[in-house]
Formats: sequence, C-alpha cells, structure tokens
Amino acid sequence: MAAIKDAAVAAGIAAALFLFFIGVHTVPRGGVLSVETRWAAFGVAVAVVFAGRLAIDLLFGLRRPTIRVAIPERLRGASRWVGPALVVFALALPFLPFADRRVMDVAILVATYVMLGWGLNIVVGLAGLLDLGYVAFYAVGAYTCALLSINFGFGFWACLPLAGLMAATFGVALGFPVLRLRGDYLAIVTLGFGEMIRIVLTNWVSLTRGPNGITGVPRPSHFGLATTPLERVVFLYYVILLLALATNFITLRLRRLPLGRAWEALREDEIACRALGINPTTVKLSAFAIGATIGGVAGSFFAARQGFISPESFTFIESAIILAIVVLGGMGSQLGVVLAAFVLMGIPEWFRELQEYRMLAFGICMVLIMIWRPRGLLAVRTPTIRLRRAP
Amino acid sequence: MNDACHLPPYLLQQLINGITLGSVYGLIAIGYTMVYGIVGMINFAHGEIFMIGAFIALMSYLILPPMGGAGLVAALVIVLLVTMLLTGVYGWTLERVAYRPLRRSPRLAALISAIGMSIALQNYVQLTQGARVKTLQPVIQGGYTLMESEGFTVTLSVMQVMIVALTIFLMVIFWYVISHTALGRAQRACEQDRHMAALLGIDVDRTISITFVIGAALAAVAGTVAVMYYGVIDFFIGFLAGMKAFTAAVLGGIGSIAGAVLGGLLIGLIEAFWSGCFSVEYKDVATFSILVLVLIFRPTGLLGRPEVEKV
Repeated sequence: MAAIKDAAVAAGIAAALFLFFIGVHTVPRGGVLSVETRWAAFGVAVAVVFAGRLAIDLLFGLRRPTIRVAIPERLRGASRWVGPALVVFALALPFLPFADRRVMDVAILVATYVMLGWGLNIVVGLAGLLDLGYVAFYAVGAYTCALLSINFGFGFWACLPLAGLMAATFGVALGFPVLRLRGDYLAIVTLGFGEMIRIVLTNWVSLTRGPNGITGVPRPSHFGLATTPLERVVFLYYVILLLALATNFITLRLRRLPLGRAWEALREDEIACRALGINPTTVKLSAFAIGATIGGVAGSFFAARQGFISPESFTFIESAIILAIVVLGGMGSQLGVVLAAFVLMGIPEWFRELQEYRMLAFGICMVLIMIWRPRGLLAVRTPTIRLRRAP
Repeated sequence: MNDACHLPPYLLQQLINGITLGSVYGLIAIGYTMVYGIVGMINFAHGEIFMIGAFIALMSYLILPPMGGAGLVAALVIVLLVTMLLTGVYGWTLERVAYRPLRRSPRLAALISAIGMSIALQNYVQLTQGARVKTLQPVIQGGYTLMESEGFTVTLSVMQVMIVALTIFLMVIFWYVISHTALGRAQRACEQDRHMAALLGIDVDRTISITFVIGAALAAVAGTVAVMYYGVIDFFIGFLAGMKAFTAAVLGGIGSIAGAVLGGLLIGLIEAFWSGCFSVEYKDVATFSILVLVLIFRPTGLLGRPEVEKV
C-alpha cells in the first residue's frame, strides 16, 4: 500500500513535469506558433513512471540506501594485465575479421577521445585543476594545423609538433592569470576561455573563414604505406593509436618525476605544498601546458583526419564530453579513461539510428554513473609512491 | 566604434535596454548564488531551468485564448504563476534526482551530474518541441517617448517598465523571506554550517529543496520575461543565459544575493553598451573578459566576503 502511494506521488510529479513538453507542445502553423496536445504520449510517460517506481519500490523496498556499485575485490588486481592486453588488442584490431570500415572509424573516434581524455587527465586527474574549456586547446591545435597547411603548405607531420607548441603557448598564456583561482572559479573561467576561443574563431572571418570553416586540409602523408581506402583508414588508426600510447607513456613517466609527484601533492593539499616550498603556480602551469599540448596534437590529428574543420566542432559540449570521460573513468585512472571513452563514444556509435535520443541518453547516463559510482567507473586511486617500512 | 555613442539619447536608450536585460540576468543569478551558498556547488543546469521556464511560459500563454486589456493582464498573471509552479517542480526534481544522492560525494561528481542533467534537459526539450527557434509576437505593445533629439527617439516600452517593476517586487518579497521568516533563517543557518543546523533541528534536506524551488521559480520569471519581451527562444538559450547569469553572480560576489542582482544589472549594462557601441559579435567575449578580470583582481566579487582558508 505504501509502495502504491509512493508510486502515485512519483506519477503526480511526473505529470507536473510532462504536462507541458510531452502533453502540450508547440507547432508552427502558417507562420504563427500554436499548441497541440498529445495526451496519449503524456499518459504513457506518466504510466511508465508509475510502474517503474512501483517496481523499484517492490523490488528494493521503500527505505533503500543510495545505490552504490562496488567492484569485486578480486578484480582489482586484474588491472595489471588488462592494460597490456588492451594494447595488444588495439594493435591487432585492424587484422581481426570484423574490422570493416565502420569499426575502424569508430575505433579512430574512440582513440581520439582516449588521447584527449589522457591529456585532460593530467590537468584534472593528476593536478586536480578543473578545466571546463579543454576544447579550446583542441581547437587551437586543429586551426593551427589547418591554417599552416592551407596557407603555407605545411604537411601533417610538420604541423603536429607546431600545433602542440601553439596549444601549449595558449595554455600558458591563458593559465598564467587564472591558476591562482580555486577549483570552481577556475572551472568557470576556463569555460569562458573555451567559449571566447570559439566566438573568435566564428567571427574572425578573414583568418578562419568564420562559421563556414576550413575545407581541404590535406590528409596525413602515409609514406606510400597505404593503397586502398581501407588501408588509409587503418593507417590513420595507427597514427592516433601511437599518439595516444605516447601520451599514456609520457603521463606514466611524468608521474614518477618530481614534477608529477608535485602535481599529485598539490591536488591533495595545496597549503601543505606551499609550506614545503613547492611553487603552486609553476607546477600548475606545467600541468596546464602539457595537457594543452596533448589537446593541440589531438586537434591537429582531428583536422587532418576530417579534412574539414569549423567552429561547430569545438563547442562546450565537447569539453563536457572529454571531462565526463575523465571523471566517469575515475580521476587519475588511465585505464578508466579508456573504459569511459568506449562507453561514451563507442557504444553510442552503434545506435546511430537512434540519433535523436543519443544525447538525451548520454546526459542521463552521465547522471546515473555518477550516482552509482561517484568516484568513477574505475576508482582505484593507487598512490604513486608508498612509504616502505624501515628494515 | 559606433558614431552614435557620443550622443546622450542613444546612451540613455542603451541604459534602459541594459537595465531590462540586467533584470533577467539578476533573476537567474539569484538561483546560482543561493545554491552555491547553501550546497557549495555550481548548479550547472540552472540555465536549463531558465529555458524550461521560458518554454512553459510560451506554451501556457498560447493555450489561453487571446485577450486584450484587463483580460491580458489576468492572463499574464496566470501564465507567470503556472510557469513558476511547474518550473519549481523541475527545480525540485533536479535536486532530488541528480544532486541529493551525491551530496556526500566529491564535488566534481556533483558537477558532472549537473552537466549531464543540463545535456539531458536540453535534448529533452529539443526532442519534444523541435529544434527550430520559436518566435512570439510582442505581447504588450506601446510605450512612452522620453525624449527626441539629434535624430534619436528614446523610448521606454510598457514591457520594460513591467519587467523592472516585477523584478523589484520579487526582490522585495525575496529579501523579506530571507531576512524575516523561519524559512529564511533556516536557509542562512544551513549556509553557515549545515551540520550544526541539522543538530539544531533544521530539516536540511527540506531547506535545500526549497532553495532549489525558489531559485527555479525566479529563473521561471526570467524565462517568462525573456519569452514575452524578446520573443525568440529555442532549446539552447539556457547555456549562454546561464553562463552570463553565473558571471553576474561571481561579479557580485557568489553567495551574496544583493551581489547577484547588482552583478546582473552590471552584466546587462555592459552587454547593452558593448553591443550598442562596439560589436554585437564580440559581446559575449566582453562579458567573459569581465568575469576573468574580476576573478583575477577581486576573486570575492564586488559584495562577497573574503573566504578564509582553514587548515
């Protein structure tokens, strides 16, 4: 009885939520806006909420604690061999029987986001700086590459380091004034920077050709390795895979350097770090610059792969997706980034037909994963350094 | 720079427009600042609540039969109340579904959940209402000519007067609720120390819920104003409006309600003067630059209290 009452309350709230939007919706009729009703859809939506809530109440009881999904203990040690196994799988992927054009395209997409996720992981996961405008560096890299190759005839391989350098310059220039700020403020300022870069790219028509974007960015030269279109895609896949693995390698090495340790120490306790003589600004700035470089390199790959870029590709939603990959994966976890990139970018690709509902489901998934696993899918924050007991 | 910028009447007109726009930002900014004050998180989906409010206002207005005179005023009041109520339900649900389970989690988790909610709400509206821009003819026409000189006519429309009056009216009520009622006291207590407030018998969950509902209702008023006055909305308006309102809240000093209103007015004025005198394309860049400058030189905002870091 209590369950039915609870479900009825939920249905009542759902009715209030759905009365407009689902029950009533706007239609343009002869140039003038008017409203139409669709009570059937409304009724179904409310009934679904009622039934769903009732089912949950009956299955789990009314006084259920917040659901948290835990990873079984014995799976934790598995991460030691999962990483290398994934690398082998990724290297072998193009030779597997199911690797057609579509699979390779999705694989390139996922690998790009894995690389971006690893790049942002340095900033957010290791240094603990919340950056909501990471896409700005991605955009700077992409436009640097596109403009250099269009205007000066640079090839992809020459663009790659230059794009990284340019993005790093932007990272330092943007980071320097704002890195003194606390977490949330930093987030909003970086978000503002991301938007500013996009607005400038849209409006500086003489340089960037405005909203129309830049077409005809040359593909990476493949040294005569690829002949068929599929082979060219496979070549691109290996390029991004190697770039991503290089990112991972650099990150893992950096974590063992004093610099990397300073990042993690700073994330945990800034005041203690300052007391120990670490200069927070330079340490943060280095994380920002390295993250930006990786974003820029990924951006130049994006430009060369697409052959076309426009400001449309660098909206806030991209930043949000990359950040979501880092946080959903479990901050600081390299493997988690791969898993989250696959969940967020790879799986939705299979549901292309449901295009319209894709982003809705994407948003809801972000909320649900956070509720069930607030520390991310793979939240094993292993300390990089352990104190050993004196012999 | 636009030549007209030297003429006082032109500037006066921008001032009027800026105050109107600033009222909208101020109303949204209060939602950010209250939630930040009480829960310590950026309610990233608040801009979307504003957008939802605008859509509910649009639809409830279209449902009512067209009327004139006193009937129109009654219709607008009904629209406003319905919008505030239903948007309040959205605000409540948002907190209940996406934020409450995460209250004890790392702050980033709540932020990601908020971003997810924001994406979901945008796409929900896009799916149910279509992606096209909705336009509404101006609901109330007419206005007063304040002055005419040097080829410019400065007008103050009835709508603008109503918007500013409504904003002031709501601010007074809101100020009264915060400073003179048990609810306001509970809110201020939760803001200062949530655990202590809970020990003293304040229902913290309920107080936070009400905070979200009030914030959403004020954003709903802003949405109603936006659709009735500007008359152009789509599913994406929440993002920019939310960004600017957040800028306003930070500019005024986050956590301070008077600061949010002041910040909203300033942002509205900056935007109006910038688009009137320099370039419309870069008005958002101007706003964000202000945000960056304020945070660098005065991180606590104009009316904010300095935050003391305790070790």
